[in-house]
This record gives sequence, structure tokens and C-alpha cells, in this order.
Amino acid sequence: MTRIGWLRLPLTLTYVFLYVPVVVLVIMSFNASKSPFSWGGVSTHWYAVLAGDQNVLKGLGNTLVVAAGATVLSVALGTLIAVGLQRHSNSSFLDSFALAPAIVPDIVLGIGLLVFFSLISVTLGLHSVLLAHVVFGMAFVAAVVRARLSQTDPSLEEASRDLGAGQVATFFRITVPSIMPAIIAGALLVFTLSLDEFVIAFFTDGPSTPTLPIVIYSMVRFGVTPEINALASLLMLVSFTAVLAAQRLTRLTDSV
Amino acid sequence: MRRHTHTPRRTTLVAVAAAASMFVLAACGGNGGGSGDASALPSDSLNPSVDLKTQSLVVSNWAAYMPDDLPANFQKEVGPKVTVTTHATNEEIVAKLTAGTDSGIDVAFVSGQYAQALAAQGLLEPIHADLIPNLANLYPEATKLPYDIGNKYSVPYSWGTTGLCYRSDKLSFTPDSWNDLLSPRPELVGKTTMLATERWLMLPAQKSLGFSANTTDPAQMDQVKAKLIATKPTLLAYDDTTFYDRLVSGEALMVEAWDGWCNYGIAKDKNIKFVVPKEGSDLWADTMVILKTSKNKEAAHALINYILGAKVQSWVVENILYKVPNKAAMDLVAPALEVDYPNLAFTPTDLLKQEGLVDLGDAGPMYTKIATEVTAS
Amino acid sequence: MTSADLVPGRGASRRRARVERVVFLGPGIGYLIAFMAIPVLLILSLTIFKRGRFGGVVYQPTIENFIRAFDPIYLSVLGNSLVIASITTVLALALGYPTAYGIAKLAPKWRTIALIAVVLPFWTNFLIRTYAWIVLLNSEGPINKSLVGAGLIHQPLELLYTRGAVVAGLLYAYIPLMILPLYASIERLDPQLREAAANLGASPWRTFRDVTLPLTLPGAIIGSIFVFVPSMGNFIIPELLGGGKTVMVGNLIRDQFLKARDWPFGAVLALALIMFLVALFALQSWVTRRLNGGGRT
Repeated sequence: MTRIGWLRLPLTLTYVFLYVPVVVLVIMSFNASKSPFSWGGVSTHWYAVLAGDQNVLKGLGNTLVVAAGATVLSVALGTLIAVGLQRHSNSSFLDSFALAPAIVPDIVLGIGLLVFFSLISVTLGLHSVLLAHVVFGMAFVAAVVRARLSQTDPSLEEASRDLGAGQVATFFRITVPSIMPAIIAGALLVFTLSLDEFVIAFFTDGPSTPTLPIVIYSMVRFGVTPEINALASLLMLVSFTAVLAAQRLTRLTDSV
Repeated sequence: MRRHTHTPRRTTLVAVAAAASMFVLAACGGNGGGSGDASALPSDSLNPSVDLKTQSLVVSNWAAYMPDDLPANFQKEVGPKVTVTTHATNEEIVAKLTAGTDSGIDVAFVSGQYAQALAAQGLLEPIHADLIPNLANLYPEATKLPYDIGNKYSVPYSWGTTGLCYRSDKLSFTPDSWNDLLSPRPELVGKTTMLATERWLMLPAQKSLGFSANTTDPAQMDQVKAKLIATKPTLLAYDDTTFYDRLVSGEALMVEAWDGWCNYGIAKDKNIKFVVPKEGSDLWADTMVILKTSKNKEAAHALINYILGAKVQSWVVENILYKVPNKAAMDLVAPALEVDYPNLAFTPTDLLKQEGLVDLGDAGPMYTKIATEVTAS
Repeated sequence: MTSADLVPGRGASRRRARVERVVFLGPGIGYLIAFMAIPVLLILSLTIFKRGRFGGVVYQPTIENFIRAFDPIYLSVLGNSLVIASITTVLALALGYPTAYGIAKLAPKWRTIALIAVVLPFWTNFLIRTYAWIVLLNSEGPINKSLVGAGLIHQPLELLYTRGAVVAGLLYAYIPLMILPLYASIERLDPQLREAAANLGASPWRTFRDVTLPLTLPGAIIGSIFVFVPSMGNFIIPELLGGGKTVMVGNLIRDQFLKARDWPFGAVLALALIMFLVALFALQSWVTRRLNGGGRT
């Protein structure tokens, strides 16, 4: 580990910055008081409340479905379009078109999609939220993958084709592995953004399938309780455990 | 590596753009116009003897604003299944109801002036009073709210006013005027917050200057703006959601607050007090409305009737600490609660002395612009 | 790009290239036309109409909305947003670049974990993360209390409800959007390249400037766009951490659609923001191409 040298400093700094609020958030989940701001003594009350709160748990389930689905679709569409733009297009118009979802204000996209779905009589539900999240998710994946592709050496793929490998084989055996870190980074981004997205989800969701952010924001008026902190703490604990376990079990390593 | 740009693609896009705008024109012609058919009378299409068990309802509300067990109890006692969906703000749910053709929502909870705007756009089903016998539980004053006199399109769920919420133990005086907030004494500089939602952002200055809270006069609003800009440097923050916590922690000593929300501060610290400034204030109401697109209007009326029962509305008082315009419910509330939370004892007559908020019509964008000019100053 | 395209007579290759183009570009472009271009154009086409008296849209053409947009207040908000978003982006780059570099240098088995650790805090809800910052920074909060307690300061510092708090909040919210793309482009750096440069006597700084930096530039640019754009558009951080005393472009647009219920004017402001950003990116893409072109020839 000596090879990271002085980089230890910015790494430490970043992770401290990232996790200080998380520590506060976890501490507040054990707050006896009803407020996520003021301390009222230690209690596990909010974990019990969470366990019995069907709305929040259902919201979490809905959110996970949307985030997972949006990630898979975004990775597929975003990777394809990134490769296509890099290899088969020289149009800067298409470049900006593919990046456009990242610059359209979310409220415009949200209301626009709602109007559009109404016009074509699509019933709203998790599927419409998923479709909406793929719009920006795909743009993020495409941009990250392109940033990596733009410096990739195409000679390997040509060699592969010259050796008689088919298009599909070349794409999956040569192209995809060489951009895998970008795909992983893009997928993590989309999943993370989708999990916490509120504005677009609010406008494109149907009434019986609220996502977690919709459930949480609607609590603002009468108080977001530390129950949500408890949920967040558990979620992080589970994710971290799962990641570490996966690494232990499969010796998960980066693909490149 | 260069390749010619493909013009056909660009042409396609332009064509799509053009087609899309035609689409809007064609599709929205129907519900445009804004002023809508506000004069529509109750239709006779409702069937009072329909089997309610065959209907089901979707209700959009703020989270935790009605009892958790209400859907189950309603289904058991009356029949229809109720799904509750939630919204965070009036503004969001109104935008959603306006943009979509059928949101799937049958009953929505919105504040009075928003109910007025929805009704004016022809989106609401008129209330069929004969299907809601429990309307008799309401105070007579509850039919005089100016956003919807006679409750033609909306039924009030809760009401209240806005005032100053302060730490009596940390102030050297007893505030009684909006000017205590707008031109604070030195001990309060940097220790006050104002509400950020534009109607209530304007309210203290409007009342302090002797104007209506519904004024649409640009000259008056210029004075309001100047006053608010002068106040801005003395504020800790504009805050709609966390002000009572700031008061409890001592970060703020006096805040502009809705009466019910001040009660959340009082619940944590008895030194917190509420006062309606002498210049007067507003009268706000949250209401229940039925969407015209609802296919379960009989059940929707039945739900509103159920909610107006004394049991549900007294729950609102006891748990949300809001006043309700429901005499039967207020009569059920233990007098001790009114000792702890004095503003719960305000009578309907007291409340009606304040000015009821109505939609601003064409002046709406002016308020938004002034709010921007104030907060960005 | 292959030479096949340029040689007439190899029709099969050309056809293959065309098929490939459709296979790679077709689904994504089609998707974006259906679910982005059409919905967004539906809204942007409202720019030429009037707001109804109670909200909604009256379909009478007008250019008044465009004239209103030139009010100085909107320009000043745009200027203010630009400054805040730029500061946020520069800070994110300064912190994110070495972090991404560090992660890429970790042993492979730790890299994915380190990456996930970057996004994990964001699997919690935005509101309660922001509340956590309020808990930390408020005048009665732990930072101020311990500073006062230690006798370092007498009066609590005003950490919250300042522009600084807004920048800190935005930086926190969007730093992963900088780190992940940077990581993706740094990770593929061939260490041999740098070693070669070092062996040829290049100083570490020259190696960085001439080898590392140009190769990681695309990632840095994408990361900067990812941080800059949502920083301009965020409206909750200015409200909660800025105490509503700082207004960003995001607040403006949101307020027109929701508070004023003036969709036509909201659409004008949105269009203005989109055009401004597109112009900014066009400039960026022109600069990059010139830099890249210079590097290649």
C-alpha cells in the first residue's frame, strides 16, 4: 500500500468529509426526541417504529426496484450509445443530444414527461418512474464511458476482427472489458442518483407506488422523524456488510 | 476520421419539435383557458344509492395528517378501500393535478387558495352537500371562508392563523407587533426567521403597512418589497420547516410561525409562546377536494363525510395540534389541551377577524418575482 | 473510422458499418427522442403562450415572456449561480482528482470497495443528510460548542445560512459525480507510460503534465460538467443550508412552475438556462478538440 504515498492525505480528507455527516446521521437515529435536529437522549424507539411502518418499507421496496431497473437499462443503452458516438458518429450535435438529459432542469423533464404520458394515455406507476430515470441515467453512463473510450486504442478490436472474431464477440470480449471500470462507475452513479431522486419521480409516479423520497418529502410538513435516520443507518450497514462479504467470498476484484 | 454531418438527422429532429408543439396545441386546447367553468353547478350524475363497496379511493395528503388507521376503519364501517398517497407541498400536487389528464387521485388535501385555483380551472367536482350530512358539524363560520364561500368545491379540514412564536424566557419584552420581527431590537438581530412561502413571506410587511394580505396593487407591493429587503440582513434565515426546532435549541428567539407549528415548539419547551400581532394576520385553511376525473365520487363524498365525524377531526386537534372548523370535534377536545396550547382556544369568531387568503389570480407571478427580489437581495 | 469506409467497392463493409451505427446509436437516440426530446419540447413550446388567470396555459401567442426574462433580477441570479457553481466545481476538482487518483492506485481488490464507499453516504435520503449538516454547523451545534468551549472563539461562528454553507452543501452533494468519472479515466492509465517518462528523465510534475493530465482530461471535463450543472439547478440546499438567503437558477425555474404557476415563463427561463449551458459546452468541446488535435498531430 506504500505506492499510494502522499495520496493518502486527499483520500483521508475526502472520506472524512463524506462520512462526518453520516456519523451524525447515525447518532441521530438513536435520538429519543422526535426531531432529527435536537438531541433528547438515547433510544432505539425509531428502529421499532421503522419496523412497523409499512409505508416507508414499501417505499424502500419501490425505490430499489426502480433504481435497479433504471441502472440495468441505463448501462445497456448508455454503453451502446457511447460506443456508437465514439466509433460511428462525428456529429457534435449528437454528442450534445446524448448529454442533454444532464442539463435539462429536472422539473421541466418531470412535468414534460407527465404531460407526455397523459397524452399517450400511459398509466403511471413504477414503470413510468423507471422509464424517466433511464433518461438521465443513460446520459451519465454514456458520458463516463465515452470519457474512457476517447483514449482507448481501437487497434485491439481491429485485430480481433481481423482474426475472424464476430462483431458481437469482439464487442463483448474486447470492448466491454476495456471499459468495465467506466461501466461500474456509471452504474454506481445511476443507482445512487435514482435512489434519491424526488422531483421527476413525484411527477411520473402513480398514486399507489410511492418511492422512498416521495414518502420522506411528504413528511416534511409534520416532521421528518429519526425513523428515516434509522432506515438510512440500517441501509448503509446492510450495504457495507454485503459488499465486504462479497469481496471475501468471491475475491471480488476489479475486472481490469 | 472526419465524416460529414448527416443533415437528415437534424431535419428529423426539427420535424419532431414541430410535431410536438402541434401536439400541445391540439391536446391542451381542451383544458386551457384557466378561468374554466367555475360556474358549473352540481351535476346530477351521482347515484346516492350506489353500492359503495364496489368503489375504491385514492387520497393524496401530507404524510401523517390523518389517522393511520383511517383507511382500515373507513373500509370496515363504510365499504370502499382507501389508498393514501402523499405529497410534500400544495404547489407540487397542484402542478401534478394540472399537468395530467387523470392522476388517478379521487380526493386531495390542499390549502384553501389552491382549492380555489383548481376549481377555477374546472378540475374539481362540486361538493354535493346532501351526500355529506356531517357538514352540520362545521361551525357556521366555516362556510364563510373567502376562497370558497359556501364550500361549493371544497370542505375545510383544519384552519388557523399566523403569528409570532417566541422564547418568553429569553426576551426582555413581550412582542405584539409585526414590527418586532421586521425591525427587530438589537437583542433579536440574527435571531429571527421568517416563513419562506411567498404568501407568508409578504404577510408581516403587508399587515404592518396596513395592506390586505391579498393585495394585488403593484404600488403597495413595492412598499412591501422595500420593507422586506430592509429586514433581510437582520434574519437568521427564511425557514418553512425547521423554525420551531431552531426556537427550541435557542438558535432563534422569535420566528414567524403558523399557529399549529408553534405548538410543536411549545410541546418541547413551555417557555415558547404564540401571539397574533395587533396589526392582524391571515386566516388559512386546509381543505378536502374531489377531482372531476374521479370515478368514485359517491365514495369520495362518503369519505369526506366520515372525516367530518367528530372522532377523526378531534384526532387532528389532539395529534396535529391544529384547530379544526368542526364544532362537534372541538367540543370533544379535553380543556387541558387548550391550557397547554392556548392558541387552540381561539374561537371561530377570533379567527374570522383575520383575513382569509384567496388566490391572487393574475398577480401570482408578481408575488413570486418580489419573493425572488427579496431573497436574492 | 476504419479504412474500409474510404475504399469504394467494399460494399459489405460499408453496409456493416451502417448496421453497426444503427445498432449502437439507434436504441439510445430513439429512447431520448421519445422520453426526453418530446416531453421537453412539449414544455418549451409553452414559451410563446400566456399564463391563465389561475395557472394553466392560455393558447394565445405572445412574446411577452421573453421580454420579461431580461429583467435584471434574473441576470443577477444567473450571475450569482454561476459564481457559486464555479467555486463548487473547482473545489470538487481539487478534492476529487487526487482522490480518484488515489483510488485508482489502490490494490485492485480494494478499488471497488473504495468506489462504493464514495457513493454509500448517498444511499441515504438527501433531506436527512442535509439535516445532519445543519446539526453540525448551527450556532448551537457541536463544532461551535467545542470551539467556544475550548476558548478559541467567544461568539459562535456563523457557519450556517451563508453562501459558504451553500457551497459546502453542494460540494458534498456532488463530489461523487466528480470522483467516479475521473476514476474511470484515470484507472486505465498505463503505469508503464509514466515509468517510461520517468526513465527518460522527466520530473514527476512534467510526467503529470505531459502524460497523466492529457489522458485524464476527458474524465475531468465530464466530472466538472456533472458537478457544475446540478449545482446551478439545486434548489433545496440554498433553502436549507443557505437559509433561503441565496437564490440559484434552480430556485427560479422551480418557483415559476410551482409557486407562480406560470409555466410559459418557467419554460422561458428553462430554455435560457439550457441554451446558456449548451453554449458553455460548445465552447468547452471546441477547446478540448483544439487541445486534443494539437496533441495528436
